[in-house]
Amino acid sequence: MASGREIKTKIKSTQNMRKVTRALEMVSASKIRKAQDLMKASRPYARHMRKVIAHVAQANTEFSHPFLVERPNVARVGYIVVSTDRGLCGGLNSNLFRNLLNQVREWQGQGVQVDVVAVGQKATQFFRRIKGVNLVGSVTHLGEKPKVEQLVGVIKVMVDAYQANGLDRVFLAYNDFVNTMTQKATVDALLPLPLVAAELEAHESAGESAYAGVKLEQKHEWDYLYEPDAETVLEHVLGRYVESVVYQGVLENLASEHAARMVAMKSASDNANKVIDTLTLVYNKARQAAITQEISEIVGGAAAV
Amino acid sequence: MTQTIRVDIVSAEAEIFHGDATMVIATGEVGELGITPRHAPLITRLKPGHVDVLQENGERQQFYVSGGILEVQPQVVTVLADTAARASELDEASAQKAKKEAEEALSSRTDAVDVSEAQAKLAQALAQLQALERMRRNLKH
Repeated sequence: MASGREIKTKIKSTQNMRKVTRALEMVSASKIRKAQDLMKASRPYARHMRKVIAHVAQANTEFSHPFLVERPNVARVGYIVVSTDRGLCGGLNSNLFRNLLNQVREWQGQGVQVDVVAVGQKATQFFRRIKGVNLVGSVTHLGEKPKVEQLVGVIKVMVDAYQANGLDRVFLAYNDFVNTMTQKATVDALLPLPLVAAELEAHESAGESAYAGVKLEQKHEWDYLYEPDAETVLEHVLGRYVESVVYQGVLENLASEHAARMVAMKSASDNANKVIDTLTLVYNKARQAAITQEISEIVGGAAAV
Repeated sequence: MTQTIRVDIVSAEAEIFHGDATMVIATGEVGELGITPRHAPLITRLKPGHVDVLQENGERQQFYVSGGILEVQPQVVTVLADTAARASELDEASAQKAKKEAEEALSSRTDAVDVSEAQAKLAQALAQLQALERMRRNLKH
C-alpha cells in the first residue's frame, strides 16, 4: 500500500485540478448567457433569410445567377467548417469532425475533391493534417463577439471558387445549439440554392414549425417582379444570404462551445470530487493501519520486557 | 371577412414584428410600395425609411428600417431589415444629431469615399426623422 505522504500529494494535485475545472466551468457559465443572447437575437433573421432564399430557388428567374443553377456533375465540393479556438469542450469538435470526415470519405470514394475553409483554431489544426483535403483558407480568434466583417474573407474564398466553377457544392458545418445539454453537429447545404430549398422542404415535411411556409404551391412557374432589376437585386440578396447564414453558424457554434465546456468541466469537477473521496478513504485507512501497527508493536515490546 | 397577409419583419438583432395585416407600405429602392394580400411575388431592396403595417383592426404599426430586403409572396411579406426599430422607439435628438453630423461631413468634402458614406448617413437620419414626423401626425388625428 502506498505510504501516507504519497497519497496526500495525490489528493493535493487532484484538488488543484478541481480548482481549475471549477474555474473554467464558472467562466463558461457566465459567457454562455451572452453567447446565447447573441445567437437567439439573430436567429430569426437567418431563418427568414433561408426561407426567402428557398422561395427564390423555386422561382423561374429571368436572370440565372450561378447560385441558382445546380450543376449535374460534381467534381469538387467545399466545406466551411466552424469550430472552436480552444479545447476542453468535451466532444464538440471531434463529433463534428468525425461527421465531416465520413462525408469527405464518401465524396472521395466518388472521385470528388474536397476543399475546406476553417473557422477557428481547432478546425485549422485538424484539416491541415488530413490527407486529400485542401485547406484553402482559415480564420481564427473571432473572440466573444464575432463580427460579420471577420468572416467576409473566408466566405469570399468559397463564393469566388463557386462562381469560377472551381466548386460545385458548398456546405456549412457547425454545431447547432439545441440547449445547454445538447449540441447537434450539423452540415447544411449553402450553395447552390436548389439544394438548400430541398433541405428546408425536408425540414418542413418533418413538421418543424420554424420552417413552415417554405414550400410553395407552384414550382418554377412564376417569377418575381424585381425592383430595380433582377441582377442587382439577386446579387444583393444572395450575397446577404451567404453572410447571414455563415454568421449564424458561427454564433450557434460559439454558444455550443460554452455550453459544451460548461458541461464537460462540470463532469470533470465531479470526477475530481470522486477521486478525492476515494483517495481520502485510502489515506485514512493507511493512517489507521500505521497506528494499529505501532500500538501492537509497543504492546508486543512491553510484553517482551 | 377581410383578407389579410402575413407579415414578418426581422432585423439582424431581433424579430421586430410578426402578424397579419391588410396592407404593408414600404419604401423600395425605386419608390413607395403598397402591398395588399395576393400581391404578385416581388423582391426589392429597401431604402432607409419607414415600413407601415395596417392591421385588421385598423391599427397602424410603424417601423423604421435603415435598408434591407423586401420579399413578397401571395400570402406572406418578409422584411429583412439591416436595422429596424419601432417608430416609437426612435430618438429624435439622436436623429437630429446624426443629420447634423452628416451634413457637416458633406460640406467639408474631404474625399470621395467619405462623401458617399456621409450621404448614406444623411439619408438614414432624414428617414428616421420622417418616420417620427409621420408618427406624430398620426397621433394628432
